Amino acid sequence: MSGIAGKPAEHTQEGLKGIRDTGLEEVRLRAFLAHAWRTPKGFYGWLVTVDHKLIGRRYIVTAFLFLILAGLSALAMRFQLAQPEAGYIGPDLYNQLFTMHGTTMMFLFAVPVMEAFAIYLVPLMIGTRNVAFPRLNAFSYWVYLSGGMMIWIAFAFETGADAGWFSYVPLAGPEYGIGKRPDFWAQMVTYTEVSALAVAVEIIATVFKQRAPGMSLDRIPIYVWSVLVTAFVILFAMPAVMVSSTMLILDRLVGTKFFDPAAGGDALLWQHLFWFFGHPEVYIIFIPATGFVSAILPTFVRRPVFGYLGIVLSLIAIGFLSFGLWVHHMFATGLPQLGESFFTASSMMIAIPSGIQIFCWIATIWGGRPIFATPMLFVLGFIFTFVIGGLTGVMVASVPLDLQVHDTYFVVAHFHYVLVGGAVFPLLGAVYYWFPKVTGRMLSERLGRWNFWLVFLGFNLTFFPMHILGLQGMPRRVYTYPPASGWGEMNLFISLSSLVVFAGFALFFLNLLLSIRNGRIAGDNPWGASTLEWATTSPPPSYDFSRLPVVTHREPLWAEPDMLPVVEGLRVDAREVLAGTVADAVPQIRVPSADNSIWPLLSAIAVGGAFLGSIYTPWAVVWGAIPVSIGFICWFWPKGEPEDEE
Amino acid sequence: MSLASTCPTQILTGIVPGKAAQQRLRWVSAAPMLVLAGCGERQSALHAHGANARRILDLIWSFSAVAVATWLLVMLVLAAALLRRRLSETTRSPLEIDSHQERRFTRAVGSAIGLTVLVLVMLTIASFFAGKSIASLSGTETLAVRVTGHQWWWEVRYAGNDPSQSIVTANEIHVPVGEPVKVELDSLDVIHSFWVPNLAGKRDLIPGRPSQLTLIADKPGIYRGQCAEFCGYQHAHMAITVIAESREAFDAWRSRQNAVASAPSGEEERRGQQAFLSTGCALCHTIRGTPASGTVGPDLTHLASRHALAADTLAMTPGALAAWIADPQSIKPGAKMPRIALSADDLNAVVTYLGSLE
Repeated sequence: MSGIAGKPAEHTQEGLKGIRDTGLEEVRLRAFLAHAWRTPKGFYGWLVTVDHKLIGRRYIVTAFLFLILAGLSALAMRFQLAQPEAGYIGPDLYNQLFTMHGTTMMFLFAVPVMEAFAIYLVPLMIGTRNVAFPRLNAFSYWVYLSGGMMIWIAFAFETGADAGWFSYVPLAGPEYGIGKRPDFWAQMVTYTEVSALAVAVEIIATVFKQRAPGMSLDRIPIYVWSVLVTAFVILFAMPAVMVSSTMLILDRLVGTKFFDPAAGGDALLWQHLFWFFGHPEVYIIFIPATGFVSAILPTFVRRPVFGYLGIVLSLIAIGFLSFGLWVHHMFATGLPQLGESFFTASSMMIAIPSGIQIFCWIATIWGGRPIFATPMLFVLGFIFTFVIGGLTGVMVASVPLDLQVHDTYFVVAHFHYVLVGGAVFPLLGAVYYWFPKVTGRMLSERLGRWNFWLVFLGFNLTFFPMHILGLQGMPRRVYTYPPASGWGEMNLFISLSSLVVFAGFALFFLNLLLSIRNGRIAGDNPWGASTLEWATTSPPPSYDFSRLPVVTHREPLWAEPDMLPVVEGLRVDAREVLAGTVADAVPQIRVPSADNSIWPLLSAIAVGGAFLGSIYTPWAVVWGAIPVSIGFICWFWPKGEPEDEE
Repeated sequence: MSLASTCPTQILTGIVPGKAAQQRLRWVSAAPMLVLAGCGERQSALHAHGANARRILDLIWSFSAVAVATWLLVMLVLAAALLRRRLSETTRSPLEIDSHQERRFTRAVGSAIGLTVLVLVMLTIASFFAGKSIASLSGTETLAVRVTGHQWWWEVRYAGNDPSQSIVTANEIHVPVGEPVKVELDSLDVIHSFWVPNLAGKRDLIPGRPSQLTLIADKPGIYRGQCAEFCGYQHAHMAITVIAESREAFDAWRSRQNAVASAPSGEEERRGQQAFLSTGCALCHTIRGTPASGTVGPDLTHLASRHALAADTLAMTPGALAAWIADPQSIKPGAKMPRIALSADDLNAVVTYLGSLE
């Protein structure tokens, strides 16, 4: 227990332990809280912090660095494909490039960046001071970072994964996988899934238990609903891929025969396991993006989202339905007719909840008065683009139709419309929207507009022609194509257009770098938004809120623009958060919140060492368990501080 | 010499060097006459030349029409919503909710959802019947072809009534026009996918899980297909051609293929055969009627009757054949065929010999 400049006993009135915020004047309150929630200065502080904002921020920065790497891989591929039979990049490098592009975009950029935003925003949006398991949060970041670094360092040493982001066996199996390439892929997947599961658990616990008093289920911001649903999808989808990547490395490392048909295994089993995860994966990326839209849109049309209940139910429906579509990635493997019809119907059905959301957003715009700021432009670009991706999604849901377009550029176009149009556009909008909260400064609107139009036009010029290319017979994942195919001109056009997208992203990063120093000072609530994160300062203090708010309305800052009601009676001399009931957020108990610690980092290093070693020898699992156990024991060692017994 | 000039017109204009090869200009003579489809349309789902592909093309057009109409409708409503009214500069305070308007929204969104469900049901039914009609083709076949995927070429077998009638070739399927053909698919290494878009949708070749597909070609012609499941280094150069011809032409082709290889005639061809058998080629390739009986690579018994080389990567010309044998790794990096050191004379002789295998 820390005693700073005050007298620890001063506020232990009525037999209460510790210093409470009741009646404390604002300056002293902030001094106490800043001390209790501080992160040590310097490099060591950077290693031990458990502040959700610092961890969220570094997660976001890391994810965007991986986006740059994956984007440059794509640019290299477009260079090679600009002409038929071009000789710039041979098949060996090309196969690594497209595998690294897909793997990085899916595992190291899209999923982590969505989780990163949740880590940063959820505690602020629901009015608490940290996520539920702060050290697990720190651990998850280190595991993610080391997994991502491992696969890219391997790539630098010509051991980049090269069997595609879905690493089908037998191509990735013991007989045909090249060197250690598939092993690095499999272990990187296991790494990132560990970190994704950790974050999912935190989010669920935080949203269920730590909401501000009064934030009943029907007052949770839609964005928070979206990450909650996503966390559940992660919880049920990720184990499938962890099981399959572990089976793959067992096949490769110790000679199990899970996927070897000659020994009674089954090559198709991999596809079922992978896509049972792989299809929900798309929604793990897409659902939070729709949450961004539902958060941004009301602010820029000056009215609450229309159809709150409908949208929340749609999110939950998408979460459930996302588990019933995986076979539509496998139509070409051959299915009985009944199976075909079932998966066609389920794949089409998911268009209904997605449609409900689109209709509700349009109604929201209809009933509001649009302000065309950059975040809003990205939301509109999202609707324009995502509807195309959704409709081509309906096309590929049809089994016969899919048999022509599957594994062609049509599908490449389709999923980029869904993932870039459906998730990256809202994400960029979210960066413009929340950058002022995170840094205290506004991004440049002028650069923002250029950024939007270049990315939006460049994207559509790059990816729309791919639909036609696919129907004209161009398969995906080819490092070149014959001149006689007639695909050359369109590929050249696509490659040139991709430079426009590249320029748009260059402006985006330029805008970030310029504005972080020179941007206009934002103030607490520059957009006049309605949710709780805008009630605290920009950037928020380490303790998020000096007094935890009480929520009386779905749009708290619009309902009570002048002064929010607040909670009293929390300790200010130790880290403490308030836990309440799941449905109505009625406060139940004050819960201590974990302090800074070096052990999450050391445990992550131990886990990373075990994973890395297991690429080379199964014994790494045995010996690696020792440092891992030491790390976890020290992490969870009782601190000798009695729990608060009230 | 250009790579991958597989368009038939380019085959005719291909450079034909080499003195011995001059006599063999008849290579691939029959094929170009059959060609109807233009360049760039020989591997396209948009130019259906068979019942299977045509059924799907109809589906593609109807789905596309619905998609375009839906998208336009959504964009129109969105544009109307955006342009309805602008915010006056002074009022940034949140708008009051008009409960009357909210009720109208509920009705509008409800009808839009109803319409969506209706359209989806119709599309599902259309898809179901297209699938059924394609499935109804199976069982009516008059001919079976067994296609086995290899990294990175296709082995093609026609089973005869007795083993002496069965034939083996590679990367080229001949079918009689208008007759349903059963293509039996299997793979011995990794997963491939058989896809000839002008004729039918694709079907994966999964090791340990034989599958099949029914093809019909309505018109005589050469249709190009390509492996559609990523299968490693040379996935991009794993093509196959389907040659649809009259029943008479097909039967004639089949009986020619059934014969053993013609014996070498002349000094050059004999030298070529000698070099072929002594330098290791025979370890991987079969030429029926000679001691060469390897099964790793394609059967070469009637190599010169085929119209392309290396899984439709090169046109079948003496120059291309020489280039391929001299250095396969520069044309298909990673391919299983190694570079074999041959003297220039031996190389020419091997090309001449293989060129005689019609």
